[in-house]
Amino acid sequence: MNASLSGRAASLYTMLALGYAFLYLPIVLLVIYSFNASRLVTVWGGFSTHWYAELLHDDKVLDAAWLSLKVAVVTATGATVLGTLASVLLVRFKRYPGSTLFAGMVAAPLVMPEIITGLAMLLMFVAMEQTIGWPAGRSMTTIVIAHITFCLSFVTVVVRSRLAQMDMSLEEAAMDLGARPLKVFLVITLPLIAPALMAGWLLAFTLSVDDLVISSFVTGPSATTLPIVIFSKVRLGVSPEINALASVFVAFVGCAIALGGTLSRKQD
Amino acid sequence: MTTQPPLIRIERVTKRFGDFTAVNQIDLDIRQGEFFALLGASGCGKTTLLRMLGGFETPTEGRILIDGVDVSTVPPYERPVNMMFQSYALFPHMTVEQNIAFGLQQDKMPKGQIAERVKAMLDMVQMSQYAKRKPAQLSGGQKQRVALARSLAKQPKVLLLDEPLGALDKKLREQTQLELVNIQEKVGITFIMVTHDQEEAMTMACRVGIMKEGRIAQIGTPFEVYETPNSRFVGDFIGNANMIAGAVTGGEGADWTIASSDLGCTITAHHEEPLPNGSDVTVMVRPEKMSIGRQPVAGAINTVSGRITDIAYLGDMSIYHVKLAGGARLQVSQANLRHGIGGRLEHDEEVSISWHPGDSVVLLA
Repeated sequence: MNASLSGRAASLYTMLALGYAFLYLPIVLLVIYSFNASRLVTVWGGFSTHWYAELLHDDKVLDAAWLSLKVAVVTATGATVLGTLASVLLVRFKRYPGSTLFAGMVAAPLVMPEIITGLAMLLMFVAMEQTIGWPAGRSMTTIVIAHITFCLSFVTVVVRSRLAQMDMSLEEAAMDLGARPLKVFLVITLPLIAPALMAGWLLAFTLSVDDLVISSFVTGPSATTLPIVIFSKVRLGVSPEINALASVFVAFVGCAIALGGTLSRKQD
Repeated sequence: MTTQPPLIRIERVTKRFGDFTAVNQIDLDIRQGEFFALLGASGCGKTTLLRMLGGFETPTEGRILIDGVDVSTVPPYERPVNMMFQSYALFPHMTVEQNIAFGLQQDKMPKGQIAERVKAMLDMVQMSQYAKRKPAQLSGGQKQRVALARSLAKQPKVLLLDEPLGALDKKLREQTQLELVNIQEKVGITFIMVTHDQEEAMTMACRVGIMKEGRIAQIGTPFEVYETPNSRFVGDFIGNANMIAGAVTGGEGADWTIASSDLGCTITAHHEEPLPNGSDVTVMVRPEKMSIGRQPVAGAINTVSGRITDIAYLGDMSIYHVKLAGGARLQVSQANLRHGIGGRLEHDEEVSISWHPGDSVVLLA
């Protein structure tokens, strides 16, 4: 009986190992090969941090990374502000004309194919430039606007569920004790949903850093984000430098997710 | 005392949510210093009425006056009224102290005064040693105390309590009932409480308003609503009652003869108002006002006999369920005064039940 039990445990661990391997083996390989001394991506030539050094001297990549970072910060902040306002409207003001339509339209970009969102955005920017002269050309501004548009939905989903869980009598109690509605929002509601705001911000940040499809539609020659650079480099063949870049990327996103996880655990 | 104008005047207040009428044309006066309980089953409109007093709902029709001022449309943060919520609604990100100080800070009270008031409030509810704790670190009873301290800190003209003891277990509830009454007497603030628990309302309140389907069925002291209910509904809702249907056949002075088809005999009941011959009435007799025994009580005016079908032994008293010859059932309760002397009444025994005409109430509605 003991033997069969441990046998079962062993098979369970095997399944678990296979599952993790399926999910993370490619990433692990990518990180390992980023330390490959050889120029050939798939042939191991000894350990080296050469490609990381190379990366540091590649201005094109560094500029793109810097731009991506700026875009992501502005996007995450904008999407969090707008998404929070949308959530408050959806959760606290249930009865107004068009509320169902609004709820549907806020969530729509979640299921909209990115390629369609990107194309639609591009068409809108071109039409706007022709009629009101703004935005002039495709630049960081257009990327940020497009990113806020689709990140907003994700933030709304996160913040909305937190807000819906919150006991409404807390806000009523604050009002009952003499706080005006704006004060109630700032002093009671915001601190209580803050973890969700942070989680939403981080989610929007990662989505923005990661986005390729929408960015490539609305970008111009002056604004090349990191995913665009990586994608264009890969088309010319995978260089170990890309592996190094991707490893940095993975580390960065991993940290962001860990931080988000810690914050959302802290909220209870 | 009676000439003093009421602190709260509710004038023909109606509240509708869509097609649903939650509160229907209620008129109610509440005096300064009173402990008033709104009692009713869930969905009777009592909480809606309380929320209108707090400013969380606006009356569809009618007005609410507090101290002579029409507050019907005044928002909660401008009313001289505070509320203690059923869930306590303590701010989870603030300590006990900060929770109690919150309302005072909104009034821009000087810091020193706030600290003093907070300390006094903590002393009053005996929570001083928990001042630095967060609500999550408190037990249910402690949260209830903090919520009470927070809602009394601003010394409102009226304190609204929404099922204040609903979340406590039975033992703690009974203890807290009396404490709450003592605090109310000490601070002298008018309390309006909503509850579905009749025992709680009877124990704590000076006056009770019993609500049914958005209207007030009866208002009175606990004694009045128990001893002289004005309808079958109130009689049934408060305590246990034997309801005997019958028709008036005649009367002498205030004693009326009523032929009861339920009992298969005529009974005599006391009623001050004239009752027309032939009118259908219900005679209510409380179980503890009937006496039960093997032999009929000599000279008793109302006597019926039957067989015991069930005995609920509660220790201090027993409740006997008796089935009469005609099929009607009566409940009689009797204190278990002596220890097994003369033999207790047993299941299936033939018994005789009697009661005094003055102990019955004639109900017309």
